[in-house]
Formats: sequence, C-alpha cells, structure tokens
Amino acid sequence: MIYLDNSATTLWKPKEVSDEIINALKTLGNSDRGAHETTLMASRTIYNTREELARLFNIDNPLNIAFTSNATEALNIAIFGILNSGDHVITTVCEHNSVLRPLYQKEKENVEISFLPIDKLGNICYENLDEYYKPNTKAIIVTHASNVVGNVTDLKKISDFAKLHNLILIVDAAQTVGVLPIDVKELGIDVLCFSGHKGLLGPQGTGGIYVNPKVKIRPLKVGGSGIESYSKNQPLSMPTLLEAGTLNGHGIAGLYGALQYLKKQGIEKLHQSEMKLANMFYQGLKDVPNITFYGDYQAQNRVPIVSLNINNIDSQLVSDWLFEDYGICVRAGAHCAPLMHKALGTILQGVVRFSFSHSNTEQEVELAIKAVKELAKQNET
Amino acid sequence: MRPKVDCFIITFDTTSHAIAMEKYCKEHQIKGRLIPVPATISAGCGICWKMTEEDYMSNQSQIQKIDYKEIHYIKL
Repeated sequence: MIYLDNSATTLWKPKEVSDEIINALKTLGNSDRGAHETTLMASRTIYNTREELARLFNIDNPLNIAFTSNATEALNIAIFGILNSGDHVITTVCEHNSVLRPLYQKEKENVEISFLPIDKLGNICYENLDEYYKPNTKAIIVTHASNVVGNVTDLKKISDFAKLHNLILIVDAAQTVGVLPIDVKELGIDVLCFSGHKGLLGPQGTGGIYVNPKVKIRPLKVGGSGIESYSKNQPLSMPTLLEAGTLNGHGIAGLYGALQYLKKQGIEKLHQSEMKLANMFYQGLKDVPNITFYGDYQAQNRVPIVSLNINNIDSQLVSDWLFEDYGICVRAGAHCAPLMHKALGTILQGVVRFSFSHSNTEQEVELAIKAVKELAKQNET
Repeated sequence: MRPKVDCFIITFDTTSHAIAMEKYCKEHQIKGRLIPVPATISAGCGICWKMTEEDYMSNQSQIQKIDYKEIHYIKL
C-alpha cells in the first residue's frame, strides 16, 4: 500500500508518539483533578505539551493555548466565541467546512460574511482587500494553506490588512502546523486553530487553539474544570475557560512525543523532503496531455499537495482505480471545501488529491507516477 | 488530632498556573509541593502550592515573579 493522503491525517507517526501514549495509558490520572501523583503526572504532561507548542509558534505564555479534539473544534470555538450578531467577517472561498459551516450558522444570527475570491491558479486575490472592509468588520478568517490545491496564503498581506483596520485575525492552520514555520507574533495571528494529527504527527483526537489575551472569547462548552466548583460559570482564565471536561491526556502525551520528534528533526528539513517528493510527482506528470492540475505549482511556498484530474473522469472513480489496481490511497471528491470547487469549476468532477509526507519514498512516488500515467493512457478520450 | 503547623499557601487562577509554578520551583530549587486547596481558603477543588515558612521567607523575591492569585499564611 502507498499512502498519499497525508493531508487527511498522517499515517506514519514517530516511535516517540506510541511510546508516550503507552506510558500515559499506564500512568496518567485525570489532569487538574486533585493533587495526588497520577493527576499531577497528567497535568505536567499536558503543561509540557503546551510549552512545546508555545515554543513552536513563538507564543509568550503557554497558558494561552487550549487543547481541543481537532481543528474543527478550535474553529468552532473561535467563530462562535468571538462573532456577535451585527458583526461582519471576511473569509475566503478556499475555506474548509470547518470554517464555512460555523459561519453559515452565525449568518442565521445576523453575522454578515464576505468571501475573498481566488484567481485561476487558486491563489487568493489580495488586490482589492480594502473594498471588503466595513465599519462593522470584526474579524478575518483564513486558511493558512488550501487543503484542495496546496497553495499557501500570504498571511503577511492579510495580517497587514487586519492590523490596519484593527481586525481579529483567525487562522486555520490545519494544513500547515508542523509543515511550515508559524510565528504568531511575526504574522500577527490573534487566534490560531490547529490539529495535532496531520503535520504535527500526533494522534487523532488532538488539536488546539491559541488566543491572544487581547481577544475576548466565550467558551463553546462549559462544565467540569477542577477549580471554582461552586461557581455557576466557567472560570474565565485561560486555558480553563476553553477546556471544560476531561482533556485527552493520553492523546496529548502522544502529541508531546511528536513535538519532541519534530524538534529533533526540524520542520524545515522535513518540509523540504516532502516538497521534493511532491515536486517529483508533479514533474513526472505535468506533460501528460489529458491531465489537468489544480494549484500554483510555480509558487515558492507550498504544502505537499498535488491535485489533478484525468480528462473529465469522476475523481472518485480515479481514486478507486488507484486503490484497487495499485494500492495507492488518495482522497478524491470535494475535500469538504465546496466554495473552492465552485471557484475551480470542479463541483461535479471533484479532484484527485495526492498529499505527501516526508515518510514517503521516491520509489513510492515513481509507482504513483506510473499508475497515473497508465490510467491517463487508458482514458485518453 | 493531627498537629497543625504554620505554612504558606499560594493559590492560582487555574490548575495550569499551579503546574507552571511547580515547574518554576523545580528549576529554581525552591522547595514545596502541590496540594488540594484547603476549604478554609476556597471551597471546592483546585490545587495550590504549599511551602514551609522557612522556604517561603528565603525565596520570597523569586516567588513574586510568578503569576499567582493569593498568598496565605495559615495553620495546616
């Protein structure tokens, strides 16, 4: 089997992840619930993971990071916790449903939404940003990289615009954490939403949200906190404000292991190696006449995604042939990004997305090139 | 009845702040430990940092650098 669906979740995890999880399963109590050794062990593990994440994203205070079960939960917290009736928000057509669906919910509560369009290569059109600003604009929500075409957002441009108009910049970093360097201060990110199981190489069920202390945010869920138990309200201090209920201590321990691995390897080095594989794949197929590519493959900064279609064949069928005949795992269809497909003109056909990891090999890429060439040949007309 | 001794109790906004305190104290060789918050200080859960009077007095200036909520001098 050749796994090329790393944008959905990375299949390969470092040994540090399973080691930490197994150790945690045997030793961790419920974090923040009492002061005996097993609960403290859990709290310490979770705190150490916050510290590692803070280091990775250049966040001053690790306690401004709350853990979530995934990027979707983090984005829901951000959107429901910051936007109010009467607010206007700017976003892009590149967004995943984890941004769009919470926004559509808020739209029913009188939140206005504007969408930045994309050009033919799938890049966000930044030229007329100012035209989207309104006196009631409160925030701008952007993905750091498209999960459909792999184009990276110019966060500096967006951040300058946000600063100019005093907007809250919310970034969906599901596709970029552990892949691209993220410095919340340099990029002016107020709220960073991320998953732990993709580029960070941690287990599923992990994710998080960083909130700049200047941003006022309401919790999405309230409940057990281990403190202020006689208060009717959720404690207001971060991270407890956003962390009602028992945290996924075992998963977070695994994420800690993953962060140790990333620190040792260096994410720049890992990114270079996965981009080499993605480029090799693109170069191997770019001249095949009946293949259409989606995305800006000349861009310097990309995430390792190559999306394509063969003629006008249903992308789902192509993905099934790839698996059935070659054992290649890819993702086809809409990738939970309906507006992106509308803009690309691929609503019906979808696209076949190949997403690479540093754990893939050149031999696997060669086999994938051969497979796509054969399918393209079989379906020339 | 277990005999009571004088001690210093440092409380925090959240449990995570208390864990940060423990880490800080370990790094700076400041003695003490995390215990459940006594009901006389605040009823209902939470953890706090307990120190002897001697340890508190000799590390007062470093403790002031920490993000704590309150400091109590009580018999426990």
